[in-house]
Parts: sequence; C-alpha cells; structure tokens
Amino acid sequence: MTALMEIRHASKVFGGKSMFGKAKQGTVALNDFTMTVHEAPPTITAVVGESGSGKTTLVRLMLGLTAPTSGEVLYRGVDIRKLSKESHLSYLRDVQTIMQDPYEVYNPFYKVDHVLRVPIDKFRLAKNPADAQILMEETLNAVGLRPEDTLGRHPHQLSGGQRQRIMVARALLIRPRLIIADEPVSMVDASLRATILESLRKLHDDFGISMLYITHDLTTAYQISRNIIVLYRGDVAEVGDVDLVVRKPLHPYTQLLIESIPVIDTTQSWKKEKLTDESQSISSVPSQGCRFANRCPHVMDICRQQAPPLYRTDAGRAVSCFLYRENPILGDRGLDEVLEVTRESVATAAD
Amino acid sequence: MVSSVDETQTTQRIETSPLLEVNNLSVYYHTSRGPVKAVENVSFDIRAHERLGLVGESGSGKSTIALALLRMIRPPGQIEGGQVVLDGTDLLRLSEEQMRTMRLNKIALVAQGAMNSLNPVVKIKPQLIDGMKDHDLGLSDKQMDARVAELLDSVGLRKNVAGMYPHELSGGMKQRVCIAIAISLRPKLIIADEPTSALDVVVQRQVMDTLLTVQEDLGASILLIGHDMGLMAQVADRVGIMYAGQFAEMSQSADLFRDPLHPYSQLLINSLPSIEHKGALKGIPGLPPSLLERPVGCAFRPRCPFAFDRCEVEEPPLREVRPNRLVACHLY
Repeated sequence: MTALMEIRHASKVFGGKSMFGKAKQGTVALNDFTMTVHEAPPTITAVVGESGSGKTTLVRLMLGLTAPTSGEVLYRGVDIRKLSKESHLSYLRDVQTIMQDPYEVYNPFYKVDHVLRVPIDKFRLAKNPADAQILMEETLNAVGLRPEDTLGRHPHQLSGGQRQRIMVARALLIRPRLIIADEPVSMVDASLRATILESLRKLHDDFGISMLYITHDLTTAYQISRNIIVLYRGDVAEVGDVDLVVRKPLHPYTQLLIESIPVIDTTQSWKKEKLTDESQSISSVPSQGCRFANRCPHVMDICRQQAPPLYRTDAGRAVSCFLYRENPILGDRGLDEVLEVTRESVATAAD
Repeated sequence: MVSSVDETQTTQRIETSPLLEVNNLSVYYHTSRGPVKAVENVSFDIRAHERLGLVGESGSGKSTIALALLRMIRPPGQIEGGQVVLDGTDLLRLSEEQMRTMRLNKIALVAQGAMNSLNPVVKIKPQLIDGMKDHDLGLSDKQMDARVAELLDSVGLRKNVAGMYPHELSGGMKQRVCIAIAISLRPKLIIADEPTSALDVVVQRQVMDTLLTVQEDLGASILLIGHDMGLMAQVADRVGIMYAGQFAEMSQSADLFRDPLHPYSQLLINSLPSIEHKGALKGIPGLPPSLLERPVGCAFRPRCPFAFDRCEVEEPPLREVRPNRLVACHLY
C-alpha cells in the first residue's frame, strides 16, 4: 500500500546566495528530514520545537507552499509539484490544515458560513442547498458548536475559540485523511484549549483521521499524540513514543524543554538554564558538529567535530546525541523505523 | 535566586504595608450599543515587594486593569470611578502632566509582545535612554553611558547590545531590553502584561528569571498578568482570578493551586493539561457573558455546575471565606 504522504531527505535552506550570486552559508531551516505518513492505522504525531526549529517549514513543505531545496515531498507516491490535475484535487481534499491564528484566516466581509460553503461547493459535498445546510449544521454539532449561534454571523461576532472550532469543523467537512494542525490552540484561552484539543482527538477517534500536531507546547503534545518528533534548529533531536520521550527524555535539549515547563504545583520549583553568552545570541548555531553543542551541559569534544546521527535507544525511540553512541544508528529509513513500532502497537490494539 | 514560592522567603520579602491600593475601580468602554463594563467595582491591593498575579480569559478585564493603573485607557474607554492609590497618591486625581512623571518613575509597564514595540530603525541605546532623557535626570553623556551599561547588565545582556538594532537580537533578548527600559527609572511597581506569551518555554523561563531578579534588586512589586496558570504557580505570591470584569477568587498561590475554592477556579485549574498524567481533556462548557448586559446574580452561574436558586438573583460579593482567601461565591 502506498503511503499517504512521504517526505524524503527533504532540506530547506534559506539564503545561501548573496545578492550578487556568490555562494555564502545559508540558514538551514530543515535538514535532511525523512518521514512517512500512513493512512491506516491513523495516528497523531506531534512535532515540537522552539521558534526556528523548522516546524513551520515542515508544514509549508507538506502543503506545497514552499519547495524543498533538496529532497522530495510525495503524495501517494508522486511529487506534490508534479501531480495531475485530478490527483492534485484529491491531495487538496485529503490533506487539510488548521492554522495558528483563528483571527486572521477569516475574510471579515463574509459571514462565517462562507468558509464552510466554499469546500462544499468546491468538492461537491452536497446535492442541493438544503443538503448543504444540513451538512453544515451536522459538522458544527460534531465540534460542539450550536449552529444557531454560529451560522449567519460575521467573524468578529465570534470568540477566538468559536472561530478555531469552525476551522476544525471545516477540516472535518472535507473528511480528509490527514490534518496538519499548526499551533491550533496557542492563541486560544486556557479554558477553551482543552475543548478544541478534545474535538481534534474526536476527529481522529471517530473518523480515523491522522494528524500532525505542530506545537511548542509539550503538555498538549503529550496529551493528544502517540508519537513525538522534537526538532532543534532543523534537525531531529529526539523521536519516538510520546510516553518515553516526555516522561523520560534522553536528549539534553528535550530535557531542557521539559524542565522549562512551569508546573502548576507551587511545591515544585522551576529550575533554570544557566545562561551563557552563546545561548543568547541568535547566531549561536555552530556551523559544524551538534547544533545544540553550545548550550549543552554534557558537551564533549566529538560534539563539536561531527553531527550526531540518530541512535536507537529503545524500540520506540531514537536520539540524536553522542551520549547514546553505544546504541545502533538508525538506518536509511530514518524516523519511520521508530514510528512504525508505535504504529504496529496501535494496529494490534485495534484488532 | 527565588524562582518558586517558598513560604519562609516569601514572608520575609513581602512587607505588610500596601504599595498600591485599588478601591472600587470601574472601567467602561462606551459603544453605540451601550457601555461595555470591562472592569466593574474592583478592589485589591499589592504589598511592597509582592508579586501579584491576575489571570482570566480574554475579555475578563485583566489588561484593562493594567492600563487603568497607568491611566492609559483610551476612548471609547473611560475610568468611571474609584481610587488607585500608589504610595499614598491617588493616581486618578493627578493632572495629565503629574501622571506623566509618575509613569516609568513610579509605575512602569512591560507590555505583551513588548519586543515588537522597539523601533526597528533605531539602535538599542537611544531607545533605552529616551525615557531617562524625557524625565530629565540631568545625567551627563558619560553617566548616561554608564547607566545604559548597568541596565543592560542587570537584565543579563552584554554592553555591546546598546549599539545593535532590534533585528540583531532574538525575541528573548528584545523582551529583556524592554524590561531594561521599564526599570530605567527604578519604578516601585512593574506591571507585566503577558510578558512572555510570545516566547517559547525555554526563553520564557529566562525572561521571567530576569524580571524576578530585577524586581528583587529594585525592591519593587510586580503585577503579573497572564493566562498561563503554570507560570502563575511558579512566580506569583498571590493570584487573583478574574471573570467577567470582577474577581472570582483572590488567594495565596500555594492555597489556590492546592485547593481552589471558587467553581471557576476549580474548573480552570482542572482544564489544564499536564505532563504528570494523561487523561480526558476537560474544557469549561459555555462562554463568558456579554459585558454589555451583565446578567443578574452571579456572572458565572450559566456555566457553574453548582449553581442554585440564590445565584440567579443575588450577586455574590468578594468576601474572606477562609483566612486570607477571598471568594465571590454563595457556596461559602
């Protein structure tokens, strides 16, 4: 069976050429990234990292909004930039996105019905206007919104949480195979976050939709996803089963991320990262070796000389750090080797 | 370095005398459909050296309070009444000019996304000394340079940052420059309105550490506004939870997070995902009321699982229901 989407050795480098065409070192936003998204069994994979880690670049590559500098992005085995008209339409339908800012995705002149009606018309989801109305109402109910409170209104009359849930409804309407949710709750109030995440999880459970959940928030990633990919400055730092990675992080960067979460418990104190001059500067990424070396408390000589490969520390996890070099190096299939382990366990559980 | 609330250290640090007393403050935004009562009859105080947190959903009035304390509410917003007494002076009775000298001098703001408020075509140093010049400290150029170096050092930045443009700095560094600007005249009260909401966790922690360090160095108090409950638990001594323009609860943060009393506080704290345990995510059903037509009775009643008949007719006042715990709820 062909995979739904494959990212093969994709890299994205910004800059890299001066104004006069001379080669100079560019900014590597994503470095040699390989991953497969399967249709079945559906899984939720979180991609986490700080600003500049490459997570948005990954989204843009998968949506075809930007072309990889090298490598390829495939939809059902075909490069997304070479799809036939027909497969392009089915790609647009199968892969949906929920963006970060529910305030900016709406055209303020249209009523919110518009964002639901366009896909219905475009993909001919309803035979007649009456059917379309029923379909819209059903979908809104499915994400916990009352149609009478939402339809016929303009975006400014709705709260951020309601707008974001309409986006979830829109994604559901189209019945995609994959939803790429780019920080869907970062602009929403705490009391509504849980509701929106729950409706995303429901889409996954009830309709078998796979999800790529992009975030910098490890707590929500932990709650919603099965697998997690931790990115640091364009490289995968740690990947695998979310329970392993979040509960027992191995990469020093993942450990730092988890320590930095302010916990809702006044008896546990918030440890601090020792600030070094290097870690403050934006140009602190070393040009060779491990990208985290300048901030790493366990840095060794080898870290400054070569970039660490992904070591497979557990069946369901790999870590890109020389601290774990006694473990086997992940093979050519990259992240898929690790991600398959949890996928299989999901499949067995489903049987 | 205090980065969590330690009971003994807290009592030593905080003095009993209030630095700021807010009495019956009301702020309305006048619209064509009538006044939006963003803040309605709110009273609280901040003690010297204290870190008070204000949390609530968007529209609950927390940022409006911040702006009202600085008297920076713009039309159609208007302060309808009340007192804001800082160090013995009622700020609401000062003339515009007198108020201008108070800002930065006695009371300063680190705004949400403040890093985007830096002028992109001006180097850091002129932006740092702008306020100091305006307040006419009478420093010589040499003294000013020394002060800039000192300020940058106090927020953990190197001296050469003074000669840089904002785009050469990371988000966290820019936010620290904004902290340096806010403390340049050694204010007594620093209002920090979601100072780290645009930053990721690692940088957030560095910026908060910086803010708390300068607070201790200055001996100032902090009013920290935000909706990140984890951050509040780690930073604030006392937390006020706002709902629909009023306080639902005001408690010591250790008490609040151990045993929230108001139903809204309980639901809010339970809705937060944690990395400690996985479970069903529980949101709070319903929406906050429109502030145009404040409902009769308790504003939280339509969403409250414990509501009873009294809540429909009578608005619960904020009362001390346990020692040092103020709650606005008929259950207590």
